[in-house]
Amino acid sequence: MKPSTLALGISLLALIAVSGCGSTKTDTSTTPGATPTAGAKTKIVFIPKSAGNPYFTQVESGFKKNADQFGIDFSSQAPSSADATSQLAVIKDQAQRGEEVIVIAPNSPDALNEALDQVVAKGVIVITADSDLTGNESHRSVGVLPVDFTTIGPEQVELLGSQINYEGEIAILSATSDAPNQNAWIESMKTTLAEPKYAKMKLVEVVYGDDEPQKSTTETEALLTKHANLRGIIAPTSVGLAAAAQVLGQKEIAPGAKNAKNGGLVLTGLGTPNELRKAVKAGVVAKFQLWDPADIGTVAGYLGTQLKAKKLDLKVGTKFDVPGKGSFEIKEKQIVIAGKLVTFTKENIDQYQY
Amino acid sequence: MRRNLTPLLLSLVVLIVGSRISPHFLDFAYLRDSATLLAEIGIIAIAMNFVISAGQIDLSVGSNMVLTACLTAKMLAAGLPPIVCFASGLVIATLLGYLNGVLITFFKAPSFLITVATLAIFRGAAKAMLGPTSVKIPADLIGIDTVTAGGLTVPLLILLMLTVMATFVLNKTVFGRWVIAVGANPRTALFSGVPVERVIRSTFLITGFCCGIASLLLLSRLGVARSDLAMGSELDIITIVVVGGTAIQGGSANVVGSLLAFFLLTLLRTAMGVASVTAEYQMTIIGILLIAVVLAKRVSFQSIVKKFKSSGPKPT
Repeated sequence: MKPSTLALGISLLALIAVSGCGSTKTDTSTTPGATPTAGAKTKIVFIPKSAGNPYFTQVESGFKKNADQFGIDFSSQAPSSADATSQLAVIKDQAQRGEEVIVIAPNSPDALNEALDQVVAKGVIVITADSDLTGNESHRSVGVLPVDFTTIGPEQVELLGSQINYEGEIAILSATSDAPNQNAWIESMKTTLAEPKYAKMKLVEVVYGDDEPQKSTTETEALLTKHANLRGIIAPTSVGLAAAAQVLGQKEIAPGAKNAKNGGLVLTGLGTPNELRKAVKAGVVAKFQLWDPADIGTVAGYLGTQLKAKKLDLKVGTKFDVPGKGSFEIKEKQIVIAGKLVTFTKENIDQYQY
Repeated sequence: MRRNLTPLLLSLVVLIVGSRISPHFLDFAYLRDSATLLAEIGIIAIAMNFVISAGQIDLSVGSNMVLTACLTAKMLAAGLPPIVCFASGLVIATLLGYLNGVLITFFKAPSFLITVATLAIFRGAAKAMLGPTSVKIPADLIGIDTVTAGGLTVPLLILLMLTVMATFVLNKTVFGRWVIAVGANPRTALFSGVPVERVIRSTFLITGFCCGIASLLLLSRLGVARSDLAMGSELDIITIVVVGGTAIQGGSANVVGSLLAFFLLTLLRTAMGVASVTAEYQMTIIGILLIAVVLAKRVSFQSIVKKFKSSGPKPT
């Protein structure tokens, strides 16, 4: 044996030992009697779409916040990439660890079907969170979605309207032209605008920034050039909203800014607090919205414990209370809506870190 | 066997460490199923030995597998007889692989360049065809990865079979010798009467065929075809080949080494996965493993000692 081979073996051994310490949890909790309450707790693991995403850290905080109260032994394990199949191995590994409930934000609506069926056959409860196995709902027991997506269109239009006296030309800056969510929201914005209350608001154009900062910036600038009387922009996408905010900040045309005319250009939309924090504090964006991902974790965690204890009937229409959160309902296709849109302003934005 | 000592020894180390850090690790059925998840990658890695030992590289393999899976699924969904779909899938993948070889030898272009292009073209074609949607295959064709014989799953058995075949062809046949000769020195090979370009095209054809086998296994394992499957799998494949001891610059092949490297990577990933090592750590450790194996190959202990002695102060 070459000495270098031996040295390599030893160093790798050391490495893996070290990495074991860096893991999110240890296996000691599976030893019976390690902690007095271990037996009573439900072992729940959350599998996010990818590692290192603050959005999913916020989801995890929802699980953790109530873990003691609900009796959850919580852990999370991210896949190494956001690839459609990278979650397959994680699902298998976590079932092998003896996790009782897998809560997953699936990277694909159907590529995980077979793997999920296999762990369900072993008695593991599968819950989807944040996004669903749309069209393949039978491969999970219940799906927890952040908000009722049908409220997004009306709420966004109202949020903009209330800031411009329900009057003037407006535009929408979207992501890609084939994003199903975006298109559904744009449609419902149009329906809302047809209501008498919004009769004086005129949608002049919908543009697509493809969720790329550069393209979103260019499209925003083009909007400003083409429509001199533009009063408002709705950007229901984080990347677009942040890019548009930057354009408004540079040109100083937000309400109250130096170059503002006819009361200034009002920008609103959907985005994460982290990406918009600067713009809100600088006064470029007064109000924007998103849901609080922590709600997803709280509700999914509670559902996990109840399903494990067989205390909850998943029949459509069943109502249940999540302690401290209020009443929820099992909707069509076993979907549970975890929360409402939160409107972020200068005053409350620092309470949200994601 | 001596040259396969590194991956063998490392596998043993991972087995021991894995069983120490998680009580759930040493479970044959679990390890087997985890290896089956990556079997398609292993199969392509075995075939990639031909391309790499001939001094070429094929970066389009993952895209080839996915495009073939999408086309085959389309045919199945259209209701064509499965046997016809499978055969067409194999033919398509083989032709896609052969196309690489033809382009490389016709334009006398570096294989890196051509296959980076076909990586994008094949993947792009799959995306153009399916977009964000997916195609389901009939339920009775799902689950080849759960069928076992002699304790092993079908994909793993195919992997072993291909390893034996590839080892034989590369070591015991004239064609195998030609492949190595082309990789070692194409000019010398040409002057010795080796049909260099034909050999290069054949290596890509073999790889294409194995992409076809892998795509059918992938399809049966997942039950659906999507255009975004197996992204970046070409890197895993090349990693396996190189860790296995096949020289990336060509001129030597070690098929058994690739198989061992496949098991090493599988064991390592599984051990880290079942111990819930975070994704970031997993990537880092696999990266370090790569560098370590390359170093172990290049630098023997003796050569370090020699270098140290020769660079030290000369006795007066």
